[in-house]
Amino acid sequence: MYVIVVGAGKVGWNLARELIDKGHELTVIESSQRRYGTVEEELEHAVQYGDGSELWVLERAGIERADMVIAVTGDDEDNILICQVARDKYGVERVIARCNNPRNLDHFELLGVKPAVSATDLILRLIEHEVPKYGLIHLLDLPQERLEIIELEVASGSAAEGKTVQELGLPDGSLVISVLRDGSGFVPRADSGIEAGDEVLLVLDVGLEDDVTRRFAPAASEAA
Amino acid sequence: MFVLIVGAGRVGSAIAKTMLTDGHEVSVLDEDPEAIALLERGQDRGWEDLGGSFTVGTALEIDALLEAGIERADAFVASTDGDNTNLVIAQIAQRRFDVERVVVRVLDPLRAAWYRQQGLLTVCPTQVAIEMLESAVREEVA
Repeated sequence: MYVIVVGAGKVGWNLARELIDKGHELTVIESSQRRYGTVEEELEHAVQYGDGSELWVLERAGIERADMVIAVTGDDEDNILICQVARDKYGVERVIARCNNPRNLDHFELLGVKPAVSATDLILRLIEHEVPKYGLIHLLDLPQERLEIIELEVASGSAAEGKTVQELGLPDGSLVISVLRDGSGFVPRADSGIEAGDEVLLVLDVGLEDDVTRRFAPAASEAA
Repeated sequence: MFVLIVGAGRVGSAIAKTMLTDGHEVSVLDEDPEAIALLERGQDRGWEDLGGSFTVGTALEIDALLEAGIERADAFVASTDGDNTNLVIAQIAQRRFDVERVVVRVLDPLRAAWYRQQGLLTVCPTQVAIEMLESAVREEVA
């Protein structure tokens, strides 16, 4: 596969190494002369100097025959533009953009640049996953399907403790898809029991989060 | 007509002043609070006293665009110093806010030409200069 990576920062450079290791043909485009010099010592002819949002620079890098373009500069506008022209002007089948500011994700979507990868967002999610006080973890939003998948820890003294899945009385549009207990997981049946300390994965229609979360929270916070 | 101008450099501020003088309602958005100085240069009163409005914020921030009144804009001018910024915000104005008339300044002739084909009203000062210079040279020779 022939891949063009625009931006040879930490992300771009490491990505380039990985892709070369995996045997792909690759060109990295870097617009800072200084950075270009550093990266060129290692990657040699696989790096080109220039502004990757300039069409002639992309053409010089052979965008017409690229199978994939990955835009990982520090500028969201540049990443959007590069992916847009790669796909719409040059017919590149797969484009991936880095989104530096998660608040810009809407713009990527509006302009049809998918997927947009936001490192800040990923790290935030990791932190949420590591910090138990959040209680509820958003694992996945599927906005087009209007579904979300969440993870909850069953609190001691909560309404759910000691009940079976059936007895939970979950609202329509919600479903327990898996229970993690003592390091292993299982797909529960209607008569499977729920214990305090279990981590429960649920798939929900958008908007049911509060109703569902309440049942797994400690009794005190339910009163509050 | 309500005109929103993003980027108050030489170009943006000149358009803003003309539009205001022509009796239009004009709102200007720029990330630099000092940019208002360009709008007030050569005027006897402050920009806002003249009836213009000015918002400080970056062009990609939806909140800033909203504050500057994009929802009721009839015309939108993208005139920041970044081609890519201009092309992105112009598409946001067109697709998300349905602004009727969207004008984009793009210095790079290639990008200007391609996005024009895609339905954006791009104006390329570089291309205009090239054409003027070429015809000036021809006249000299003739």
